[in-house]
Amino acid sequence: MHFVVCVKQVPDTTDVRINPETNTLIREGVASIINPFDMYAIEEALRLKAKLGGKVTALSMGPPQAETALREAISMGVDEGILVSDRAFAGSDTWATSYTLALALKKVGDFNLIICGKQASDGDTAQVGPGIATHLDLPQITYVRKVEEITEDRIVAERLLENGYEVIESPLPCLLTVVKEINEPRLPSLKGKMAAKKAQIIKWTANDIQGNQQKLGLNGSPTKVVKIFTPEPRKGGKMLTGEPHEMVAELVNELKEAVIGAGA
Amino acid sequence: MGKDPITIIIDKCTGCSLCVKACPFAAITVTDRLAVIDLDKCTLCGACVEECKFDAILLEKTTDRSDKACDLSEYKNVWVFAEQTAGKIESITYELLGEGRKLADDLGMKLCAVLIGSGITGQSSDLISRGADKVYVVDQPSLAYFQDEPYSAALIELVKKHKPNILLCGATTVGRSLVSRVAVSIDTGLTADCTGLAIDPETRNLLQTRPAFGGNIMATIITPDKRPQMATVRHKVMKEAEICSGRTGDSIVEKIASELLKSRTKRLNFVEERETTVNIAEANIIVSGGRGMLDPANFSILRDFAEVLGAGVGASRAAVDAGWIPYSHQVGQTGKTVCPKIYFACGISGQIQHLAGMSSAEIIIAINKSADAPIFNVATYGIVGDVLKIVPLLTERFSKVLGK
Repeated sequence: MHFVVCVKQVPDTTDVRINPETNTLIREGVASIINPFDMYAIEEALRLKAKLGGKVTALSMGPPQAETALREAISMGVDEGILVSDRAFAGSDTWATSYTLALALKKVGDFNLIICGKQASDGDTAQVGPGIATHLDLPQITYVRKVEEITEDRIVAERLLENGYEVIESPLPCLLTVVKEINEPRLPSLKGKMAAKKAQIIKWTANDIQGNQQKLGLNGSPTKVVKIFTPEPRKGGKMLTGEPHEMVAELVNELKEAVIGAGA
Repeated sequence: MGKDPITIIIDKCTGCSLCVKACPFAAITVTDRLAVIDLDKCTLCGACVEECKFDAILLEKTTDRSDKACDLSEYKNVWVFAEQTAGKIESITYELLGEGRKLADDLGMKLCAVLIGSGITGQSSDLISRGADKVYVVDQPSLAYFQDEPYSAALIELVKKHKPNILLCGATTVGRSLVSRVAVSIDTGLTADCTGLAIDPETRNLLQTRPAFGGNIMATIITPDKRPQMATVRHKVMKEAEICSGRTGDSIVEKIASELLKSRTKRLNFVEERETTVNIAEANIIVSGGRGMLDPANFSILRDFAEVLGAGVGASRAAVDAGWIPYSHQVGQTGKTVCPKIYFACGISGQIQHLAGMSSAEIIIAINKSADAPIFNVATYGIVGDVLKIVPLLTERFSKVLGK
């Protein structure tokens, strides 16, 4: 079985601070990490491999420095890393990103299951996973919280919904997006760290994946950012003072109408 | 790989460094009174282009794929995907109709709803009373519940046939899974989680504003050369359309060929998990607990309070990771993003990941024993104190005030 995990390198938001004067993000020294949701995807692929045997490949599209994310994946036990990187990919929206990753997956060729995190923590769109499945004409199971059964040619998984969950069967190959509930990602082992250091990351350019220039990067993106701005920061309000029962009385008084208005 | 799509026009650049400040990716520096873009860092987001007072930054596509693109004027009307579960229209649909009505009026176009399911034709009058001029109904047994492929196929067929200008959908599990497939299939742009939608008076494009980087930056996005312009919107961000009982409109039943509605995936079972309290994504009021609740048993204090208010119960990541409450209650970056009217943060310190999930609440109340907790920086009302004492007092007082 060949499992491919799509990973994205994102800024570590635990590191993100706001400059109070300019109200902009302080990016200096912000570390890059694997998108937290992709960690669950990696872990699930490793667990499925342990059960069925085979190989786990981590695939990422990004700038050259995204190589570190792939090495981190290898340190967790992933067998190989593929970085799809080219200036031609800059400015990709979710359409162009899913197109590019789909082409890379076509080049990989022999995959049985693609696993993605449910969304990336910097963009939050949840569009790339289903986008890849569509470009490859594959079935998808989104928001997977548990893989119940898997064999060479079929998978049964639980998809988390707003009002419960459903058990879905799909033929393989197919694409899953996974939620946090599915597992607890492992820490890298010492052996894994050694492997990560030595690993040869496979690097593919736009030419290698035979990308159509018109569908890559900025050219291939139907959406266009026309404005970026920093919202007014939310200001702290009123700190209540006094004895607990006094503060509570004041708060209830202030909130009474809003609470009734909200349907309580 | 040809020329780069972003260039500094040397004759126009004055080295004023406005672009340096505008760049969210720290990709621009000024050297010898000229802006220099580090192409390894630049993501071509265009923030600098807008900021430059001298039109010295040029960002353009190096090739054009609009050749097969459509005659944009053929695309008319604003569409809303009417999400329903077991025949019941979801409230997000009414919120989209409320917003869609405004956009349709600004454009002088019709507002249409797309209703896909089985045995749901009767619901179209409900959608008309909420502002739809027209409802396209696909009512076939194989569409009894949401399945990614048949629902996508049905929506794609309707879009191809009727050519809407705008297509809005809820940013729900169903909505995101559905429209991501549709946008790629019909080759158009899709913007997730819009918090603001408006029509550009000059170009008549849909201006789609959404938070990026955990809400620290807002981006306005357009889909200039493709139609429909597709966007998703989260629960509670837009105001529900009012019911107007005398309204009339057309209900048009569309038949989709059954071979198009095949699904490779199969639903084997559905298990409804009724939450004892309200689903937080749809809640008007949320009572959330964090590490400061100290013990899982103390969550009953929050549940009692929530019950009095008719509120949903939320939690910080710390509380969920400790196993005190299931993941479906988690608010924040790795949980749910919520937008209630009132949010009570009880014993939650206010890490940036938590704030990303709740700071668009209208009113925030923070109760925490540490006066330095960052949650107080965003709170409308703050109480420094012991949550385990304060919350029961609130429960008691609110039940009196509300007559419960």
